[in-house]
Amino acid sequence: MGRFLILVLALAGLWLLLSGYFDKPLLLAFGAGSVLFAAYLARRAGILDHDSVPARLFPGVLGYWMWLGGEIGKANMIVIRHALAVEPKLSPKLFLVPNPPKSTVGKATFANSITLTPGTVSVDLREDAILVHALTEELADVAAITDMGVRVAKIEGRG
Amino acid sequence: MIDLYLIRDIVSWALMLAGGLAVVSGAIGLVRFPDFFTRLHAAGVTDTAGAELIILGMMLQSPTWLHVAKLAFIGAFLFLTSPVATHAIAHAAWMTGFKPMQGPDLRYEGDGK
Repeated sequence: MGRFLILVLALAGLWLLLSGYFDKPLLLAFGAGSVLFAAYLARRAGILDHDSVPARLFPGVLGYWMWLGGEIGKANMIVIRHALAVEPKLSPKLFLVPNPPKSTVGKATFANSITLTPGTVSVDLREDAILVHALTEELADVAAITDMGVRVAKIEGRG
Repeated sequence: MIDLYLIRDIVSWALMLAGGLAVVSGAIGLVRFPDFFTRLHAAGVTDTAGAELIILGMMLQSPTWLHVAKLAFIGAFLFLTSPVATHAIAHAAWMTGFKPMQGPDLRYEGDGK
């Protein structure tokens, strides 16, 4: 029931902000109806779980996103420098990094964070490791990437 | 009194120009990098820095808070979905047996297993 309420609130917020109708009762009623219907269908289909409504990530993941934004900025500068260099010195590398998060949401968040950082792309997910492709030797920093994974594990462990 | 609108225009111009530069660099990298996997990295620059900086610049030019909220949604959804698309492409290439170039001399050998 908690997840159902969270989904209803999130969908209602999305509907209100995207439509911008705050003072048209008929349209608001239609919106409320469609939000409740969508949430009811999600519950009936049995997909209301910690994967589809990862509410527990929420206070912590915002700080993580801010930190990730900074990392993405730094990595962007490196990749742009290589793209514009007169003679790009690339040394692509494939390597495995451990996958510290336990839950599926945490693992997906970590793999997506690696992909989102320019210069590294997660290519294959193994049982307890991720196969990563990096643009240069310098970007293939296993310790830094593992540290990112530890941060994700910390957020998912909360609550 | 300092003209707030002027400051807003300067900051949003700077953000949009930086975003445009990132998009152009990503496109140049996409053409110049040697193989499929290295080109993915160049596309990643367009996905992240390019898109998000331009959206931030547009937020500063928005007439109402509602537009800011909508642009924030666009930015957030791009942030969440673009790595999924990139991973899908990279994983598909890997699963069909496409091996990346490796090492400073960019040779196709060794599959990292």
